[in-house]
Amino acid sequence: MRIIQPHYHGIARTTQDYQRMAYAGVVAVAEPAFWAGFDRKYPETFLDYFRQISEFEPTRAAQYGIRHYCWVAVNPKEAENPALSREVLRHMPEFFQKPTVLGVGETGLHKSTPNECEIFEAQIELAIKYDQLLLVHTPHLQDKLRGTKRILEILRRMPISPDRVWIDHVEEHTIRACKDAGYWVGFTLYPITKCSPSRAVDMIERYGWERTLVNSSADWGPSDPATLHECIFEFRRRGHSDQEAIEIFHNNPARFLGQNPKFDIRPIRIEELDPAPVG
Amino acid sequence: MLTASEVVEKYFLDARAMLLELAALLDRYDRACAQAPEVPPKDSRMELLYQALALLADRQTTPDRVERLLVMFSDPAD
Repeated sequence: MRIIQPHYHGIARTTQDYQRMAYAGVVAVAEPAFWAGFDRKYPETFLDYFRQISEFEPTRAAQYGIRHYCWVAVNPKEAENPALSREVLRHMPEFFQKPTVLGVGETGLHKSTPNECEIFEAQIELAIKYDQLLLVHTPHLQDKLRGTKRILEILRRMPISPDRVWIDHVEEHTIRACKDAGYWVGFTLYPITKCSPSRAVDMIERYGWERTLVNSSADWGPSDPATLHECIFEFRRRGHSDQEAIEIFHNNPARFLGQNPKFDIRPIRIEELDPAPVG
Repeated sequence: MLTASEVVEKYFLDARAMLLELAALLDRYDRACAQAPEVPPKDSRMELLYQALALLADRQTTPDRVERLLVMFSDPAD
């Protein structure tokens, strides 16, 4: 089955990941810019990072026939430093011109501080001004509910089409508000601590698969790209069809990301062929 | 979607294993408290776990337990 992995941090992973994902049917990944595990001091460090994910990572993925796309942003944790963030934001439009950059992400909130909110708004404005897609990180664990409410408040008063916004890491207590407001939502699957493959399928069954993306965790912490395949297995073993699986794990990412013309992988449909005539 | 009996068939052993892990954690915590020279201060996170268990033990409820647990584990809204 062809799969698109819509949220994948390749720079934190070994090349073996690409090999295993290729074996498992992954045809494309999209890599948002994220926190590197420590707070960077210099804007140039971000710019080199953006170069790495927009120029180098595609070559690594290509060795295994995987298309690699990316997003650029100042992540919510480092948005706590507005001066640094503003300097990085000043350079982001240069990266929007690159052939594999899909939009602004992952921005959003971590602790929902005033600085984070200011830089989140500035990045939404940038996405609007340059007609870019927007990928929004929601906080993990006990901060998620409050942070998601704040994110929705901020988004509501910005002139951005909900169709072009993906709110990621939703769980059972945040999914409804995001979907009801018309945004795309994403589940991020972890081996432990956060959303599991079976809970993701529960949410698909309860809320439908429209405007829904599923991604594995794949970063420098305890995480595993194969959780996406576990989720597909869980979905199929509950009796859902191959075509429905393709809708969720290939076609939905193609639909959302394909709003940027640089992402040219189109939705697909399974067809049964008549048996070949005998003799 | 699965039938009710298929849900039990597919997930019972997983749920059993998770409950045993939780029981082991509570035992570990109680043993550590018993060995401590002084009574340890109450930890609100342990209280949360017991509140969560009470929620799960209520059979006369609606099928949105995960959502209610996540709200229970969330910081209060502004």
